[in-house]
Amino acid sequence: MDNSISDYILAIVAIDEKKVLPGGCPVILAADQEEQVKTSLLLARILGGIVHDLENGLYFICRH
Amino acid sequence: MEKYGLAILLGIVAGFLARWLMLRSDYRHYPTYPHGKLTHLALGFIAAGLGAVAIPAIAKPDYMAVTFLVLAAQQFRDVRNMERESLNHLEETKIIRRGSDYIEGIARVFEARNYLVIMTALVTSAAAYWLGWEYAVVAAVISIAFSQLLMAGSYIGNIAEVVTAKVHFEGSLLKVNDVIIMNVGLPQTREKILKEGMGVLIKPKDDDARLTLDAPGQRMAIVHDVVSILGSKVEINETELMPVARKNPDQGYLALFIVANETDLDYLMEIIRKVPVLESARGTTLKSYFGRKAAD
Repeated sequence: MDNSISDYILAIVAIDEKKVLPGGCPVILAADQEEQVKTSLLLARILGGIVHDLENGLYFICRH
Repeated sequence: MEKYGLAILLGIVAGFLARWLMLRSDYRHYPTYPHGKLTHLALGFIAAGLGAVAIPAIAKPDYMAVTFLVLAAQQFRDVRNMERESLNHLEETKIIRRGSDYIEGIARVFEARNYLVIMTALVTSAAAYWLGWEYAVVAAVISIAFSQLLMAGSYIGNIAEVVTAKVHFEGSLLKVNDVIIMNVGLPQTREKILKEGMGVLIKPKDDDARLTLDAPGQRMAIVHDVVSILGSKVEINETELMPVARKNPDQGYLALFIVANETDLDYLMEIIRKVPVLESARGTTLKSYFGRKAAD
């Protein structure tokens, strides 16, 4: 049985801290887009999820 | 005595032959393992035996034997459970799953094949008993051909048209023609998808086909068959390249997206055309009065 959390935002990777509010989900700040992409990739691989792009400078990791 | 012997022998041979010919083990069908084949041939032999003995037993007349035959025939109901269970267990360790519709379809076919074997054996032994062995051979050939005919289902190629489509991005949304497939965040993944991804449209020919393609079980079956031949680049825990089939809600056609090991679009389309239409997913709206009225 797979008991892991799925279809749920596991982490948000942001550059602009004004775009996110504290709400129970880990938010990781990146200095620039390059770091954002790299951090998201690493997180996705570690968490077994995939990276989604909200097209407003926010990336998040979700497991399906 | 000799007459009984010949009838039973011919019945068993014909039934076993029918089972053998119906035993498909190509890329799609289960079993693909030697042990699975043996199990089914053995069961087929038993089924053939049952069918072959029935007519001589009635003719003798040995009604007790006939009663036992009916009891024994019940055993074949378990074939379906056996197949379903074993395929369900295997499902847990699959990256791309068959889906329960497909499993149910396969299990049902296995059960049905045994009944066809019993029928073939019965008809053959009856012909041998009453008409003679020459007629039995003819009866065997006809009933085997009839069994094959009954077992041949329809394919996606019969109900839908498969055409190539363009894989592209609109912002972060991956699309196949106008159908949204998923949101892809990473630029590297997008590049890979644009380079290696394949997309096709599966356009239903009528409203029945539209309902069939609508069923998630049917879509899973399509994806499973494609992946089991062309392979896929999905890895455990890295599901970005997951092959999916999504529909256009307004037009009803499916868009299939896959990043396969073999990027051959022509074969991809050919494989999709050969995917069986699942019994449990088959749409039948045009068979109903209101369905026909609503369709136009």
